[in-house]
Amino acid sequence: MHVLMFGWEFPPYISGGLGTACYGLVSGLGANGVDITMIVPGKIENDERNRRRIVNAGSVDVDTYSDQYWKQMTRLKYIKVDSGLVPYTSPGGADILSTSIKQHSSGIGQATRFEFSGTYGRNLMQEVRNYALVGASVGSKLNFDVIHAHDWLTFPAGIEASIISGKPLIVHVHATEFDRSGEHINHDVFEIEKRGLEKADRVVAVSAYTKQMLIDHYGIESTKISIVHNAAMPLRDGTAPLQSQKKHDLKVVTYLGRITYQKGPEYFIDAAKKVSDEIPDAHFVMAGNGDTLLPMIERVARMRISSRFHFTGFLRSPETERLFGMSDVYVMPSVSEPFGIAPLEAAIMGVPVIISKQSGVSEILRNAIKVDYWDINALADSIISILRHKSLSDTCASNTSEDLRQITWEKAGLKVREIYNSVVKSKTL
Amino acid sequence: MKQICLYFQVHQPFRLKSYRFFDIGTGAGYWDDHKNRNVLEKVAEKCYLRANNVLHDLIREYGSRFKVSFSISGTALDQFEQYAPGVLDSFKALAHTGSVEFLAETHAHSLSSIICPEEFSSQVSSHAARIEEVFGQKPSVFRNTELIYSDEIGDMVFDLGFKGMLAEGAVKTLGWRSPNFVYSNARHPELKLLLKNFRLSDDIAFRFSDQNWSAWPLTADKFTAWLNSIPKEDEIVNLFMDYETFGEHQWDGSGIFEFLRNLPENIFRQGGFEFATPSEAISRLQPVGIVRMEEPVSWADEERDLSAWLGNDIQNDAFQSLYRLKHLVKLCRDPQILKDWNYLQTSDHFYYMCTKYFADGDVHKYFNPYSSPYEAFINYMNVLADFELRLRRHVKALERSRARAGRRLRKSMASAVSQ
Repeated sequence: MHVLMFGWEFPPYISGGLGTACYGLVSGLGANGVDITMIVPGKIENDERNRRRIVNAGSVDVDTYSDQYWKQMTRLKYIKVDSGLVPYTSPGGADILSTSIKQHSSGIGQATRFEFSGTYGRNLMQEVRNYALVGASVGSKLNFDVIHAHDWLTFPAGIEASIISGKPLIVHVHATEFDRSGEHINHDVFEIEKRGLEKADRVVAVSAYTKQMLIDHYGIESTKISIVHNAAMPLRDGTAPLQSQKKHDLKVVTYLGRITYQKGPEYFIDAAKKVSDEIPDAHFVMAGNGDTLLPMIERVARMRISSRFHFTGFLRSPETERLFGMSDVYVMPSVSEPFGIAPLEAAIMGVPVIISKQSGVSEILRNAIKVDYWDINALADSIISILRHKSLSDTCASNTSEDLRQITWEKAGLKVREIYNSVVKSKTL
Repeated sequence: MKQICLYFQVHQPFRLKSYRFFDIGTGAGYWDDHKNRNVLEKVAEKCYLRANNVLHDLIREYGSRFKVSFSISGTALDQFEQYAPGVLDSFKALAHTGSVEFLAETHAHSLSSIICPEEFSSQVSSHAARIEEVFGQKPSVFRNTELIYSDEIGDMVFDLGFKGMLAEGAVKTLGWRSPNFVYSNARHPELKLLLKNFRLSDDIAFRFSDQNWSAWPLTADKFTAWLNSIPKEDEIVNLFMDYETFGEHQWDGSGIFEFLRNLPENIFRQGGFEFATPSEAISRLQPVGIVRMEEPVSWADEERDLSAWLGNDIQNDAFQSLYRLKHLVKLCRDPQILKDWNYLQTSDHFYYMCTKYFADGDVHKYFNPYSSPYEAFINYMNVLADFELRLRRHVKALERSRARAGRRLRKSMASAVSQ
């Protein structure tokens, strides 16, 4: 089985959960004997090892003088290149104002190479379209059995590769526009998502929560959607919980994620205030960056709990690991979370987790404490209980690591391989 | 003869290192020695040493006819001792001339006057003692951080034994009245107030090198003519400004040093004024009325209030979090912790968190080592969390050793009794 895969992020070039999930899935598929060619935009080296080949989209020749090319360009008009919209706020504090798109003529015949920033900048729509042209090019040159595209940014590339090769297309939904933007969605993005979902032979959703979203908001047939939950990789080799990094004996309650509407940071702060009234020594950490960081700092100050509340900014993975090592409880109060990989990473480090019911990960973490994101009293109550009762904290943590033993990328890879087999079979019938 | 009173503020804060969440509990040092040294050395060269030389020359030339006064914050004195002893020597030499008066302020250039009377009086006393030790003068006139003044602060200052105090003379303080007289505190008429002539002071401090200003370029001759055009019944002009005006805020090339050098000569030549130090001014002149100020006023910004330091939630939260620790600090015996406590109170830390002009950027930005007020706040709060931990550990250790000593005492008494 050989898969042509399209992913916008891939380690070490990641800015959020998407890259982490793609990386996990690729290794899980590798363990199940699947060969993968992964096309990634951005500054990444071409690389080949253990059943996977990473190809920088900028290194692919695109023949801009062929009839095919003009057909593709006409077909891709649905991507609103000139809208100038920035559908994402940069999660890692990366440069929002990315440089302008460049095209290089490679000098051989009529081929062109596109330059990709791979960020979520101002030229995003243009990069998405160029990436689709690259998709068509590799679709016509490579041998493979199935195409797998992760999230809307890569859907047009998946569609083009499928049209030119006649191979089945699987689109994988890690997050929808509704998760990112609430009710105020970007319609251009929504259209691209919808088209991808409709053109796909099969849709993979990261949770039942997301599957329902696809049915309700995009009108996709339930039978067309398979659920494959993400897994978590240990942040470090050897899964020994790494406690006692703390230079103090204070209780630490941690939020880690983008600081934006979707992640519910204000509910964490409101709960922190209530916890603080009960346990004045408890400290709170909000790690991450995002468009609502400044209002959150002001909210904390208004509640006069700044002496117990710390903002770290965006953390890279060794620091994330250190933070989990210092945390007594991890809280993910997301308003809408298709999956949510961070709680798994916290749990692997032996940290008890509290997650919102509005998250995909709550479907598989049976022993996490779950609350509705808006229920600040329940959230505060859970935090207080975990901080006060070591019995509860220990039970949660140890049962969750038991849950985790069942949740591996290898198992997820096996599920996806079965989906590949079934679409290949029905396409050839 | 009208009086002219020159007062220069000398202050440098101890700036914080970048202190991350992960550093909390490590007790790693808070102060950015490298940056503090660099800034001080730069300002010493551009301003303090050069301006002191000019003043020296003037005093040599005019003897006791020329007078100036300084307030030097305790943190600035500490930095002179650590980084630039030559600057301190040069101020000491000025002190020896007898033409220079040194005023008292809070050691840390703090805002303690508006939140903690106890802390305020201890800081003022320690600063006054330091001034006496270094310059051989016991201060009798007080100036508060950023000229912050209210009836209540005046009340405290009187109780601390001062005869006079400096304050802002803007419309907010005086209404229609002129700052060119001596006034007194509303509760204690014995405490005399010298009020800043903000127009003439700011002509030098802020507008001097502004080429769009209609009066540019400002010469000593022109300025002296303005001095002489004030109403004839006025008794005093108080020119109060940061000493860093000379060579730092107004750069050398603007002609600011020539202005300073030529000012006395012009004043003597045109007549009508004699120089006075603040304590001379209050002994020569009688108050013409009282100033009533229930809310604190300062010399900062258009608003002349405290909003540059305590104008938003992050500033207020940080400020209150700091002073919530006062009850623990009272128990503290560790000199390093007490020193950090002092330096953490410096008003500049709160000034860096000001969001008033965040959008357009201006004079606030010039003095700010941080790129955003939020960054300043986060860093300060991380330091404060570490400070609180150290303080609590120390106090706990003191209690334990006291309890042990108590037990030993009881035991030895018991055994003495049983024998």
